[in-house]
Amino acid sequence: MGGGDRRIASQHARGKLTARERIELLLDPDSFEETDMFVEHRCTDFGMADTRVPGDGVVTGQGTINGRLVFVFSQDFTVFGGSLSETHANKICKIMDRALEVGAPVIGINDSGGARIQEGVDSLAGYADVFLRNVIGSGVVPQISVIMGPCAGGAVYSPAMTDFIFMVRDSSYMFVTGPDVVKTVTNEEVTQEELGGASTHTQRSGVADKAFDNDVQAIHELRRFFDFLPLSNRHEPPTRPCEDPVDRVEYSLDSLVPANPNKPYDMHELISKVVDDGDFFELQPDWAKNILIGLARFEGKTVGIVANQPMVLAGCLDIDSSRKAARFVRFCNAYNVPIVTFVDVPGFLPGTAQEYGGIIKHGAKLLFAFSQATVPKVTIITRKAYGGAYVVMSSKHLRGDVNLAWPTAEIAVMGPKGAVEIIFRGDLGDDAKIAARTEEYRTRFANPFVGAGRGFIDDVIMPHGTRRRICRSLRWLETKRVDDPWKKHDNLPL
Amino acid sequence: MAMFEKILIANRGEIACRVIRTCRRLGIKTVAVFSEADADALFVRDADEKVFIGPPAAAESYLVIDKIVDACKATGAQAVHPGYGFLSERKAFPEALAAAGVTFIGPPPGAIDAMGDKITSKRIAQEAGVSTVPGHPETVSDPDEAIRLARDIGYPIMVKASAGGGGKGMRIAHDESELLDGLTRSQSEAMSSFGDDRVFLERYVENPRHIEIQVLADQHGNCLYLWERECSIQRRHQKVLEEAPSPFLDEATRQAMGEQSCALARAVGYHSAGTVEFIVDPNREFFFLEMNTRLQVEHPVTEMITGLDLVEEMIKIAAGEPLALTQEDVRMDGWALEARVYAEEPSRGFLPATGRLVRWQPPGRDHVRVDTGVVEGDDVTMFYDPMIAKVCTHGAARAGAVQRMAQALDDLVLRGVGNNVDFLAALVAHPRFRAGDMSTNFIAQEYGERFEPAPVGGLLALRFAMVAACMRSYETDRAQSVDGQLKGHKPFRAKSWMVFVGGEAIEVELDHDHAHTWQVQARGHAHRVRLDWRPGRIRFDAIIDGEYFTFQADPIAEGYMLRHAGFQAATLVRTHFAQELASRMPEKIKPDLSRTVTSPMPGLIRSVAVVVGDPVKTGQELLILEAMKMENVVRAERDGVVETVKVTSGDTVAADAVLVTLS
Repeated sequence: MGGGDRRIASQHARGKLTARERIELLLDPDSFEETDMFVEHRCTDFGMADTRVPGDGVVTGQGTINGRLVFVFSQDFTVFGGSLSETHANKICKIMDRALEVGAPVIGINDSGGARIQEGVDSLAGYADVFLRNVIGSGVVPQISVIMGPCAGGAVYSPAMTDFIFMVRDSSYMFVTGPDVVKTVTNEEVTQEELGGASTHTQRSGVADKAFDNDVQAIHELRRFFDFLPLSNRHEPPTRPCEDPVDRVEYSLDSLVPANPNKPYDMHELISKVVDDGDFFELQPDWAKNILIGLARFEGKTVGIVANQPMVLAGCLDIDSSRKAARFVRFCNAYNVPIVTFVDVPGFLPGTAQEYGGIIKHGAKLLFAFSQATVPKVTIITRKAYGGAYVVMSSKHLRGDVNLAWPTAEIAVMGPKGAVEIIFRGDLGDDAKIAARTEEYRTRFANPFVGAGRGFIDDVIMPHGTRRRICRSLRWLETKRVDDPWKKHDNLPL
Repeated sequence: MAMFEKILIANRGEIACRVIRTCRRLGIKTVAVFSEADADALFVRDADEKVFIGPPAAAESYLVIDKIVDACKATGAQAVHPGYGFLSERKAFPEALAAAGVTFIGPPPGAIDAMGDKITSKRIAQEAGVSTVPGHPETVSDPDEAIRLARDIGYPIMVKASAGGGGKGMRIAHDESELLDGLTRSQSEAMSSFGDDRVFLERYVENPRHIEIQVLADQHGNCLYLWERECSIQRRHQKVLEEAPSPFLDEATRQAMGEQSCALARAVGYHSAGTVEFIVDPNREFFFLEMNTRLQVEHPVTEMITGLDLVEEMIKIAAGEPLALTQEDVRMDGWALEARVYAEEPSRGFLPATGRLVRWQPPGRDHVRVDTGVVEGDDVTMFYDPMIAKVCTHGAARAGAVQRMAQALDDLVLRGVGNNVDFLAALVAHPRFRAGDMSTNFIAQEYGERFEPAPVGGLLALRFAMVAACMRSYETDRAQSVDGQLKGHKPFRAKSWMVFVGGEAIEVELDHDHAHTWQVQARGHAHRVRLDWRPGRIRFDAIIDGEYFTFQADPIAEGYMLRHAGFQAATLVRTHFAQELASRMPEKIKPDLSRTVTSPMPGLIRSVAVVVGDPVKTGQELLILEAMKMENVVRAERDGVVETVKVTSGDTVAADAVLVTLS
């Protein structure tokens, strides 16, 4: 098995499971059917002719997770360090092709030292073949990468193009160039963990969607995550029995939004109190925390949740949060997953860092993504919905299907104070006048009824009944169908 | 005098709700006064009318006599119930009300005055023939004089704030150096809490029990004692668990204490409800401590054994009605217990906690009474007392009341704010408490300065394991009911799970019996488990081998955080294969966080005792943080040298803010 007992023991000592153990843990008992167990590499250079291992450093095949089909490859670090050869790549490509044809997700478990250097250009070609299939498959079948060991150099671009990346703390890392090269080129001294460990990618770079403590926990959570995913773009999101009452009321939501408009509250509470069983599988929880994204269920069926988080940067949109949410919205749309959006957004984050960083184009990504989405879209405005950020956050104007507002909602161009300071610039010295004007503006616009009067808001609802209203909306939206004009593809402001 | 038609409650929170409840039953309209922080509070919604009285700080709202008097005038309230705390024991308050023609539902100002000062009250008590503790009757401020006086009285010595209450401004000294330190601390705390830094000294009775007598006197010279309450389970003079009657008193002592209490009440011309507090030594010798001239927090236990409504009695007495019963009529029916649910962090030295009650489901069964002023979604703020609720239970005998309390605490769901529910459950389960063997030092002796739930093992670990395995089995079945399955998929059902709990892996074999019921094999024995749990439910009941239990569960990766009887444990449920693989994973070393000293709660830095470069020893004071009107000493949790000091006196800090780092 694999690279022999000694290497397996060394793998375990690093806190890592073997390729086969990972697959066995991931899939339903006895469901795995292996492909290409007998494949060996064809390299003869540098003494490779004498070292052939059946399977060539990757285990591939298909099986089920709670009865639903999934294709899997799992790189075997105990065989040639999991390095990618021509035949290793061919095995991966084979199951990816099958997955695309039958419409089932692909889970790739990455644990590889990189290219099989002895093979030279054949190995590079192998990477390219995999990359191409990642791209062709993108938007057709969900692709998940689990990084459970090294993933460096060109190899990172395969996970980068999949839908989700999960990592394991302390035993996985991803980077384009390693610490040695970094030292030579830029003189920076950095460890592998600092450069590309799980905490780096879940907190700083936003490359990874979630990190777990160890392989066992990661695979357990991966199974849970898989249960939310549609099998392909030809399938509806999965549905399972739900015992959580549709009409469950949560009176404590009526006091969630504080009386003071500048006081934050935790949007997680709203999400966990309205979704089925309080089960919210949050993605990228530690990066761009001013927006929350993740999967949940209503009446047993998967939905995507996007929500501003007033606890962080007052819930402002910025470069990172726009990118984070935009990609998630596009994932949902690609796989027919309805989107429920909770809005409390005071605007875009001001500052040179944002402007120089290109907030114009990054912010546009989220606007683009919500506009483009034709899946059922239900939006709840809990408090602030100001300016351009209001429009961006799945507003009626961007084909929002059901747009609801809590009584505390304020749909306006900006906050009352800011607005008055512009409209009544002449009165700026006179505090009493400004205060009176601010109050006037607040009474006029700091409520949901102006928006509702225009039809931008379908209804004003009490917070405690939010779950019921979302469930009902999603019921009638199930058969929603929108056809946009034909195009080769869009030109998203990348 | 005729009965009042409208009463204003000069208080907030649970006690305001409590008074409103009685008023409503008596057909009396109620007026609530509220600060900015309480605009949406339960007691404001419960009252018939409400009057806004200012900013959140009590000193600018609930403590401003003029505002309360104005509120009475504006609403036409004929009487005011002061609750406890705030203005309830300020002589100026009933005087101001009287001047405005409003009745004070409480004792006459003279009695408040006489009993409000601990030195005066002790003298009056002595004169009335009440047994008192040796001590010096005058206030003391000079350290040398304090040392001289202490020699006469004898150590240990207690330094007490003259105007104090609730444990604030109180210090115990076993020798001269502790005395000097206690004197300074006590004075400064008394100054900040009561605006009066006078302190006095008296002998400290070691291992005393705190037993108090509830008295009820009318305006016609009648006085009753409604038996005693034992409040020995306290932490730093804050009562935690109270009960009535006391398991310690005999009939003769009870009668002697009761009669002396009535004698004291008569001596000061007392009317209304009042409480005479005693400490009782292990020989049942009792000494007068103080008299509280108001309704006590723990009054429900007296109500539960006597069947009386003390608020109703207070209202009737204030309206001039004579007491409707005599001492012979006072019943003592069974046993009652009260547990105070506080917003605090037992694992962090019981520091106050704040936050939103994300989940709050108080217990609700027969023989359980919950007095609270909050509902789910309310905020516990730093402005007022951190008590969230009082959970009271009743039983025919003490054991029954204790058992019901254990059940009530299992039933209580509280999330979002640090709290002492697990601590209360551990107290109630403690063999010494169950045996009634306690003193006011009980918590300090048994738990020290902080409480951590004991590790889960033995039978409880087995129960956790069986329950968690059934839960997982349920979830696994449901996960396999998903649509879109591959043709021919045969649902699998693990016959056997490995449950990792309390450092032990327990094998649990399951056989699904019928809906929500399992036949279980574990540790070589057969069991039957029935659960009413569903995913997402926190509190649920289980019947294990015919025995009934209430558990709480919060989902975590690979399992559940289970709670029962004050214990909690991460309970991971794995297949045999997963457990085998998990056991191969090397243990991860937790990062060392002991170098940083963080703020345990939001508050104000009163003083910083160290500078960069200072060597510090474990337990040494680093700085003083003021929150919830209490000075909290932040101490070094290890030896080291101060590397950085991030704050200075006067800074406001958030919870978990880094204050000091040690190298």
